[in-house]
Amino acid sequence: MNRIFLFLILSTIAIFASGAIEGEVQKQALNMSAIVMFVIFVGATLGITYWAAKRTKSAKDFYTAGGGITGFQNGMAIAGDYMSAASFLGISGLVYAKGYDGLIYSIGFLVGWPIILFMIAEPLRNLGKYTFADVASYRLRQGPIRTLAASGSIATVILYLIAQMVGSGKLIQLLFGLQYEVAVILVGVLMILYVTFGGMLATTWVQIIKAFLLLSGATFMAIAVMAHYDFSFGALFAHATELKGIAIMSPGGLVSDPISAISLAVALMFGTAGLPHILMRFFTVADAKEARKSVFYATGFIGYFYILTFIIGFGAIVMVFKNPQYLDMAKDAIEGGSPILGGNNMAAIHLSHAVGGDFFLGFISAVAFATILAVVSGLTLAGASAISHDLYASVFKKGNVDGIKEMQVSKIATVVLGVIAIIMGIMFEKQNIAFVVGLAFAIAASANFPILFLSMYWKKLTTRGAVIGGSLGLATAVILVILGPTVWIDLLGNTKAIFPYQYPALFSVTVAFLGIWFFSITDNSHEAALEREAFEAQYIRSQTGIGAEGASSH
Amino acid sequence: MKKELVEKIKRNPDYIALVSKRSSFAIKLSISILVVYFAFILTIAFEPSLLGTPLSEGSVTTIGIPIGMVVIVFAFVLTGIYTKRANSEFDDLTNKIKKSIKGQ
Repeated sequence: MNRIFLFLILSTIAIFASGAIEGEVQKQALNMSAIVMFVIFVGATLGITYWAAKRTKSAKDFYTAGGGITGFQNGMAIAGDYMSAASFLGISGLVYAKGYDGLIYSIGFLVGWPIILFMIAEPLRNLGKYTFADVASYRLRQGPIRTLAASGSIATVILYLIAQMVGSGKLIQLLFGLQYEVAVILVGVLMILYVTFGGMLATTWVQIIKAFLLLSGATFMAIAVMAHYDFSFGALFAHATELKGIAIMSPGGLVSDPISAISLAVALMFGTAGLPHILMRFFTVADAKEARKSVFYATGFIGYFYILTFIIGFGAIVMVFKNPQYLDMAKDAIEGGSPILGGNNMAAIHLSHAVGGDFFLGFISAVAFATILAVVSGLTLAGASAISHDLYASVFKKGNVDGIKEMQVSKIATVVLGVIAIIMGIMFEKQNIAFVVGLAFAIAASANFPILFLSMYWKKLTTRGAVIGGSLGLATAVILVILGPTVWIDLLGNTKAIFPYQYPALFSVTVAFLGIWFFSITDNSHEAALEREAFEAQYIRSQTGIGAEGASSH
Repeated sequence: MKKELVEKIKRNPDYIALVSKRSSFAIKLSISILVVYFAFILTIAFEPSLLGTPLSEGSVTTIGIPIGMVVIVFAFVLTGIYTKRANSEFDDLTNKIKKSIKGQ
């Protein structure tokens, strides 16, 4: 085992080194301080993986880090899972481009968290073991419910992975001067290493370290920006509006009509509560008390981070916009409008150079890469668990399988998912993938969330209702995204979208809830009666934790 | 969980108190965040210029900025309020219930 591990580390270094040389050959800007800091990060996380591998002996260790992570650590890891490179670079880039609209977006990403705490976190912890399908199938039929929940999880995970892989390839290409394919393979291989060898324990610590680095780096940038204006927001905004106009201080075109506004809100709120890699994190803590603390700390970190990205976006307006050093001259000559190198999403990266020079640019670049690694690791682990725990152990083997065998299947699934992610990442390089994360959230909100929520709180839910309603929600989300403007017009080149709204969640979530309700209450089978009868015992356990999974002792 | 145990816990006054207190508290807090957030997002949808009102005359800062920040802080404060009460009062009730079933 250890020999394989060492071999993989060495081959990773080899890939990295060859990539660096190719970068030089192609005369791309090679960012030495970024590479040094990145190598330090990778070295440290591989060291953690080695340590975690020795402590990961059972399936419980593999899926939940033994269940002994503290609330504070888990809060930090959840924040590390949730603050992706897309939200760091994307939201600061949105603030840079549109001002206030960026704030609207980040608020949407935050408000799902209190709901997760009030409604989901405790019953989830009290009822589940490794995946949210444990909870959804607690009193319903294992086969169909787990198959559906695993499909929703795997679809969400793969879509999210595609977005992360393509983003990482492009980002690394820009930051480190590595080739796109090399960057994608590097991310894929490192992620497979973390997850297969270190399981949840290594993944958790990669996320904690990354969250700490990202929050420290962003704090430094925000303070550096504010120090320029004697910590006066008025002065910062005054300067920014001189450069970009007064419109950046008010809501713009992000949400234009009420239906889109509500639909986006529904997708973000309920989608967050249906993301499998986020839900899985609640099984890593000992009990409901630590689960609550996790959400409290996570909400604090994430909220603080969004306030920072807002300042960073405005900082980029005053320090990066119209700064000849970061101007994309070739593009400016053709299109005008003073575009920055690498597009708006690079605003935070350029700002790091403006406030801290090459060294700090290197630091933030390495942090951005670390962010991608942490997020893809969490995603892959969640996807692999759905395959091994839900599909293989519960559906295929009907529960007759030991933990070690299940863990092996999980590791194989991790490698397969890693390879799929690499292939998809390379395939989608030139595609417009703007719809992918939206689709992932729509599926999470329309299939995963309604089944999970109703299984916890609605006595009359039956297997038939959950399967038909959940499938309808899933199908509606996918179909409406395809018929909507992002895919139908932007991707397929049609002139008019059949479904006029960009966000389908309002409709698909409604379809899911109505479908589940209707096909449950009309279910008069004997099994349905037994499922309703089993609700009381489940509800008592969900409320009190009596009979719930504890932490493993070591 | 055995049927007798279910019946027993169901009739336990601490359990009844726990469920009713927690449900009403969780629903109240959920409604607060939903009302605040939907008020915010619907203002943007129907009356975006409202959030673009300057904070004071001659200021470029709009009231939308502090309002947005308040929504973020509000979400965090709510999680704090819930966690504090649940980790003391609700957990005490839960422990009492657990003790009562262990006692026999």
